[in-house]
Amino acid sequence: MEPRKTRTTRKKTEDEFPLPFFFRVVRVFRGSSPSWMKFRLALIPASVFLVAGFCGAAIAADIAPPTNLVVEDRANDAANGLIVNWSLSADDQPSVQPKRVLQYEVSRWAEGDEWSSIAKVPAGNTLLEDTNCEPGKKYRYRVVALGPDGTTSAPVETAEAFQPIMQWVDTRRLWFGAIVAFVCGAVIVCTELARRGAVTYVRPIAALTALDEAVGRATEMGRPMLFVPGIMDLDQIETVAGLTVLSKVAKTAAEYDAALEVPTSRSLVMTAAQESCEAACLEAGRPESFNPDRIYYVTDEQFGYVAYVCGWMTREKPAACFFLGKFFAESLLLAEVGNSVGAIQIAGTAEASQLPFFVAACDYTLLGEELFAASAYLSREPQQLGTLKGQDAGKVLAAVLLLGGCLLATWAVFQPQGVGADAYEYFREVILNKGGA
Amino acid sequence: MKRTIPAVIAGVSGTVMIIAFFIPPAQKWQQTAEIWFTILAAIAFLIGGTNLCLHHLKKVAHQQAGWGFSAVTLIAFFVTVFVGMTKWGVPAADKFPDYAWSGNYLEEGGGLWWLYEYIMSPIVATMFSLLAFYVASAAFRAFRAKNVEAMLLLVTAFIVLLGRTYAGTVLTSWVPDSMSALTFPGMTGVIMAVFTTAGQRAIMLGIALGIAAISLRIILGLDRSYLGSDKD
Repeated sequence: MEPRKTRTTRKKTEDEFPLPFFFRVVRVFRGSSPSWMKFRLALIPASVFLVAGFCGAAIAADIAPPTNLVVEDRANDAANGLIVNWSLSADDQPSVQPKRVLQYEVSRWAEGDEWSSIAKVPAGNTLLEDTNCEPGKKYRYRVVALGPDGTTSAPVETAEAFQPIMQWVDTRRLWFGAIVAFVCGAVIVCTELARRGAVTYVRPIAALTALDEAVGRATEMGRPMLFVPGIMDLDQIETVAGLTVLSKVAKTAAEYDAALEVPTSRSLVMTAAQESCEAACLEAGRPESFNPDRIYYVTDEQFGYVAYVCGWMTREKPAACFFLGKFFAESLLLAEVGNSVGAIQIAGTAEASQLPFFVAACDYTLLGEELFAASAYLSREPQQLGTLKGQDAGKVLAAVLLLGGCLLATWAVFQPQGVGADAYEYFREVILNKGGA
Repeated sequence: MKRTIPAVIAGVSGTVMIIAFFIPPAQKWQQTAEIWFTILAAIAFLIGGTNLCLHHLKKVAHQQAGWGFSAVTLIAFFVTVFVGMTKWGVPAADKFPDYAWSGNYLEEGGGLWWLYEYIMSPIVATMFSLLAFYVASAAFRAFRAKNVEAMLLLVTAFIVLLGRTYAGTVLTSWVPDSMSALTFPGMTGVIMAVFTTAGQRAIMLGIALGIAAISLRIILGLDRSYLGSDKD
């Protein structure tokens, strides 16, 4: 009964001098209040925290999930891709501020594997191309909307598993395939005609005619020649084209007994250049002219290579410089230093942006396709010359496509909503742009 | 055989590349061919390193002209290899603080990083900056009005140069808006969008066809001049 009495006394005092609730609670805990009272009072904040916690959890789970999850096969691939589509969460709308959805997490289940997250897509997006599928395996997908502070929506899953389908032909590239087949067919037909004796006229290419002149000049002056086969590796077709010219230059140099220096910036190119030069010396009947010490590797580093070659040119003052291959910013550095030492210079590249520099600084320049025609031109073999004739068929096709494109574009201007516009769109996007592939 | 086998390899690889572009299941073969090239290039890197050492050692040993440069090259080569291989000065990784040099070999503060940041990078920048002077000297030669073509080039270059600068805008600011195509920036726009683009596209078309033709010559084995001789 004692506690009851105490409570009555306290109540009376508070009625006379009412204290705020917080101070009353503190007083109960600090004073000699019985334990049952302390327990009841402690229940109040605990309840508040519990209610707030439940409310918070309810709010966190309140992000609306994405809907309409659909998985479809990725077209034109080797059964290694699926496309996952979904509709935006109702909370992922521009009108919802502050943003409740920041991104979507896409998880994947594969046969024999666990669920694992494969990508996080920013809010507002509804598509993911999964290109890491394995042919023959089945996959399921799950998408969850992620909000700020780690809140998430309920997951949405595909009900069934999907298997990517193998396509045997990339249909987007059929038109391009037809163009390639036409050009290659023309080249092969012209080669066959040349083999059977058809005469092929190839216009004189000044830069290639000047090769002998350059080697002769170096011989007369008793100074070495420099050949730079570009700064890229053998997987670049310009480098291969440069090496074919190198074999011709090396042969002439062997005949004239002139020194030829070939510093390379790739080791594979060095090996190929050594082989080419050795073969050229053998063909010239001067195997002793081949000096492997003059064909060497410098560095892969672009400007390190330029520093070496420019330094060599300044010291040795070559009589002739050949720059044939793939070049970038170093083209002008090399050509200008060669010009400053008074060398006769022949250059060629398929890099359209570097051609003006070579034209400005060199005596002769092989413009784009002339570099690729060089090996056929120099060999004078009918079969190789036939391939050059085949190229002309490609040029005719290009001219027809250009003319057709101009006509369609003009038609589309006069008929922006009709057949004209559609035809122009098809021509531009499907025929010329490989269907966006 | 020395030329035939490489020619066959080149032909098969080239054919695979073309087929893989149109037939998706063949893309695995394409990837395999590319991996083989990478492996070959890695092996060739060793050949390159060996060649570099031998070439410059020979020069130093025989004290040929410019052997001092070769000595510097060799010292730089071996110092860089040593610093890189031993992870000289690389701070320990956060995961393994008790193990010296457990960090990445390019970690900031490491020896290789220092060599790149304070030696390699400034030298490369210096070489690149030389381009500005060479552009000026090449332009001076190219724009000399020797004949009609050179005159046209000079006038065109003059217009484009002014059109790209503020001076061009100021000089033709009096031109009314209805005739803005006659201002320096307007004329520059037309020259770049019409004449330059047309010329560049013509060159690009020729290049594309040239690549197709030379690729066919290599694939069909018509052109083997890049492969050397059959004789040993």
